[in-house]
Amino acid sequence: MDYFLTEEQQMIVETARGITEEKIIPQRAELDEKNEFPTSILQDMAKADLFSIIVPEEFGGLGGGCLEIVLALEELARGCVGVATSFAASTLGIFPVLIAGSEELKERYLPDIAAGTKWAAFGLTESNAGSDASGIQTTAVLDGDEWVLNGTKQWITNGGEAKIYSIVALTDPSKGARGASIFVVEDGDPGFSYGKKENKMGIRSSATRELIMKDCRIPKNRLVGRRGTGFITVMKTLDVSRPGIAALGVGLGQAALDEAVPYAKQRVQFSRPIISFQAVLHILADMAIQIEAARAIVYAAARHIDSNPKNMSKASSMCKVFATDMAMKVTVDAVQVLGGYGYMKEYPVEKMMRDAKILQIYEGTNQIQRNVIGQELNKEYA
Amino acid sequence: MDILVCIKQVPDTKDIRLDPETNTLAREGVESIMNPFDRHALEEAVSLKEEHGGTVTALSMGPPQAETVLREALACGADNGVLISDRAFAGADTWATSYTLARAVETLGGFDLILCGKQAIDGDTAQVGPGLACRLDLPYVTCVQKTREVTADSIQVERMMDDGYDILRLPLPALLTVVKDINEPRVPSLKGKMKAKKAKIEALTAADIGAEKQFIGLAGSPTQVVNVFSPPPRGNRTMFSGTIEEQVSQLVEQLQPYL
Repeated sequence: MDYFLTEEQQMIVETARGITEEKIIPQRAELDEKNEFPTSILQDMAKADLFSIIVPEEFGGLGGGCLEIVLALEELARGCVGVATSFAASTLGIFPVLIAGSEELKERYLPDIAAGTKWAAFGLTESNAGSDASGIQTTAVLDGDEWVLNGTKQWITNGGEAKIYSIVALTDPSKGARGASIFVVEDGDPGFSYGKKENKMGIRSSATRELIMKDCRIPKNRLVGRRGTGFITVMKTLDVSRPGIAALGVGLGQAALDEAVPYAKQRVQFSRPIISFQAVLHILADMAIQIEAARAIVYAAARHIDSNPKNMSKASSMCKVFATDMAMKVTVDAVQVLGGYGYMKEYPVEKMMRDAKILQIYEGTNQIQRNVIGQELNKEYA
Repeated sequence: MDILVCIKQVPDTKDIRLDPETNTLAREGVESIMNPFDRHALEEAVSLKEEHGGTVTALSMGPPQAETVLREALACGADNGVLISDRAFAGADTWATSYTLARAVETLGGFDLILCGKQAIDGDTAQVGPGLACRLDLPYVTCVQKTREVTADSIQVERMMDDGYDILRLPLPALLTVVKDINEPRVPSLKGKMKAKKAKIEALTAADIGAEKQFIGLAGSPTQVVNVFSPPPRGNRTMFSGTIEEQVSQLVEQLQPYL
């Protein structure tokens, strides 16, 4: 379908597709097998200016919005959701600075982000704070001209690989969620180290690691936005980043269909290609319907967000739920169409199925997204 | 260092067909791409420029639509694109092509290094690179798999051989043809693409480069294609699989009846 993309948006699609076809697809099985971070692919993405999409022009970027990043992520996810997640997580990590950071912080970090020479990460989740993000226990105390951070972040994507970390910490624990603030912590800051590296079911090429802050001292000016506004910035960050996760679902679903249809055309059983059996053909048709519907809602939500509306949470959550539930279903269906071959590692669909699951979990589980949508409905019909 | 890269637009060989009537390549409906070997030559030129400074000029001879590959070259980091295009160039073989390219290089002038892909994937002759060097009276090395030390007036390279590689040093200016092992070509960047979209591609005709009529196009081409055909399919084949040991024992078993 024609989504009336601008010439610049078409260029983003083509560039990301080039990275996927030439760099990601040839390496994805090995990266998955070895649990290996795709450093050289991210460097290729940097050379192709993909990291500059989201950065404003005055800091060396292309000044793109939510739709531009969605288009890039969809294409990258056609290659590998693990690699695409590493790219998406860097964007997520820098959003707080883009949304609420001081000019000083923007000048310090954005040029390197745009050039792709430094990657970012977002540190919110802790062992006792997942869906309930207000349960975080990491603290930040002002001591003279420095903030002193203490706590452990868990399951942080790009942990150990990124140089720039947006860390959510409590500056006033008595106020709960209203006492949270965001800080930029840099790789190499005193008292900042990396802990356990996770061994995951899917997206195995992405790095998922603990961040440990033990009397971690950082300059006073690393506070992002005003003290106590951390959770507002977190919510705004997730509102603009979620369509990106939805886009990973669209790209992954498309990749699964791109494997399933050619297979069904060439696989002969009962003396006929299996695509000639309605039972198989209908699975493929349903996959295609779901993927296109997801793409449409994701692009619509991204355009809505780029129009700078008052409220974007509902659109953002709706597209995330729909596209990622779709990706899970469609990848399971692709494995079914390929049958025994689909279950084997010689074909890429088993990896796609493993990679799909996380999309329903991270950046807010799909149950939490439904809560958000429900709360908005409650307000709308008040 | 000012580098010239010769680039050819070729039909994508993923989808090659012969016109059964004329025995020539069916080009209609076949996507055109930058000759894959030339992408490696371009990448090497851009890497050398990034390391040593200078400029990269991409040169192509072809119909007006060959401008596409020159814009792609600009998106990949070339500074200028020059298209030599003239109806009179049509039907050129490698002899006429190397003459024409040589006239263009002399017209543009001032290059320290010329890089070409080892061969184009449509004609597969591997003659134009060496032919161009001879026309320009430049030292050349074919099948370069690595560029090593570069100085103001020389370049050291590795030439791929069947049994390893040679290390050779050439005085500059010189011409090299490259193999795919030399590098991993980059994906054209977004900023490069935006720049390339707006860039002006210089277009030169036979008259502009002072090419004489009897040496260009069909008139200047001694090569005549007598027949082009698809080879008949080979006989039955058996593919072995498994470890080398397993494959060898399968082979021995198959040969047993004939021993």
